[in-house]
Amino acid sequence: MKPFAYTRVTNNQAAVQAVLREQTAKFIAGGTNLIDLMKENIEHPNQLVDINRLDLARIEEHNGGLRLGALGRNSDTANNRLVRERYPLVSQAILAGASPQLRNAATNGGNLMQRTRCYYFYDVAMPCNKRQPGSGCGALEGFNRIHAIFGASRQCIATHPSDFCVALAALDAVVQVEGPQGARSIPFADFHRLPGDTPEIDTNLKRDELIVAIDLPAASSVFAAHSYYLKVRDRASYAFALVSVGAALDVQDGTIRQARVALGGVAHKPWRAKEAELILTGARADEQTFRRAAGAAMQDAHGYEHNSFKIELGKRAIVRALTVAAVKGEQDESKNE
Amino acid sequence: MREDRLGPYSPAGEEKIATGFKRREFLKRSALAGGGMVLGQRLLTDGGASTLDAMVAPQTVSEKVAVRLRVNGSNYGLSLDPRVSLLDLLREQLDLPGTKKGCNHGQCGACTVLVNGRRINSCLALAVIHDGSEITTVEGLARGDELHPLQAAFIRHEGFQCGYCTSGQICSAVAMLREVEQGTASHVTSDVRRQGRVELTDEEIRERMSGNICRCGAYPGIVAAVREASGKNERGA
Repeated sequence: MKPFAYTRVTNNQAAVQAVLREQTAKFIAGGTNLIDLMKENIEHPNQLVDINRLDLARIEEHNGGLRLGALGRNSDTANNRLVRERYPLVSQAILAGASPQLRNAATNGGNLMQRTRCYYFYDVAMPCNKRQPGSGCGALEGFNRIHAIFGASRQCIATHPSDFCVALAALDAVVQVEGPQGARSIPFADFHRLPGDTPEIDTNLKRDELIVAIDLPAASSVFAAHSYYLKVRDRASYAFALVSVGAALDVQDGTIRQARVALGGVAHKPWRAKEAELILTGARADEQTFRRAAGAAMQDAHGYEHNSFKIELGKRAIVRALTVAAVKGEQDESKNE
Repeated sequence: MREDRLGPYSPAGEEKIATGFKRREFLKRSALAGGGMVLGQRLLTDGGASTLDAMVAPQTVSEKVAVRLRVNGSNYGLSLDPRVSLLDLLREQLDLPGTKKGCNHGQCGACTVLVNGRRINSCLALAVIHDGSEITTVEGLARGDELHPLQAAFIRHEGFQCGYCTSGQICSAVAMLREVEQGTASHVTSDVRRQGRVELTDEEIRERMSGNICRCGAYPGIVAAVREASGKNERGA
């Protein structure tokens, strides 16, 4: 690991100013991704600004919804009583990711900032436009089994690895950030980017901006009774998604009033399947509807040599996630009666 | 190195813990210290295209940071390179090699320790970040000659073969049983909306222990050991 200076901050503006002063400085919180990348010489900041002592770990009621502090640990967020009650999709998604040890260290803000697990990104001997712009994409014609089927470019076909972010995308979360000019809100759909010609830039967060919180809107708690996170991976636990589905339904008398479908493991960002949501809205909550929605979601998917299986897998995963989400609530209701 | 008190943390808005000096200076120093050889190799591997000036672009060098930790009940006042992981600190500087280095990338769990009672991967933790924390390693679980119930259960059920992952497994299991007491849900919990203590089925044990890989495949023994220890806890033993 290359040498770096280490600075601790105890207020948000001190954190922002510290990163502003040093061109390659980075914030560090849980460090579960950044330290690994530094060991591999993929990230080499000359300064780490330790933000762990900032007062940003709380989970609070906010405008009828919940405000998740950026420094809340993933495990605490997943197990927060209010998150479990009102936004179970968030709990399910977090608990599907990583391991208990990693979730105890990883923070909510850091989860948004984690980088792709593309093998070519991790292997400094290989070309990768994300790691070294202009060097080429090793995955495009290489071993691309885990790669994107949506929104990729000739420069990069990497995927975003987070489960948590799939739930946040489905529930229209809002990211609260603070920079040198003050605070701003970023709708979740605009937080992560598609690779285009600049795959080295993962998000629309500026270098000197600090994530302070993630808001779950009040309106999205309507899905609490009918939501399900399905993760398909190479082993039963502790592996990244090949395909994951965050499904959330608002069902009354068998009719879907509102629906959200977001996919993980398929794009450079958490992928909202708006076409599927259009089909689901107003339709009967049955298998036929779910199949049509899944077909619509995958209509524009593009497979590469080793990952075309994700298109059929994605369809089946969507049908299953929607089926479980629809049935799950019914079971719960019958238990309550 | 060991001392008996933990000093208060300085509450300044920004505390500059380490100010680096320039790489140019570092190279000068390391050349004096016989580091010229390394530099020569770097120039060769860079294809000779880089000039020395390009290579000595400003870069900071880690300066030592004062860190206080309480490990297995003993207090330590340390001066650490910020790059040192908690794992390497325990094994190489504090003479506690019970915590194992497996993958060193957070993929195996062999390095699991408890920080303020919570299990984490010590390989992905910079020691400086945990300044002021209380650490428990496998060496800190037994009470004198009396093994921790999980240690005894692992022996009874042969929850290992080569033993390399065992200290991580045991530390992980200690924290896991506490998490269950606290009513946490897991990926296999059927309904996260239902609060309260989850029944610790074998499926729950396997999922909750999935952050610890055993290459020997001693999983049946590990699950049996954890199951037994959880029962003991229930009876308050």
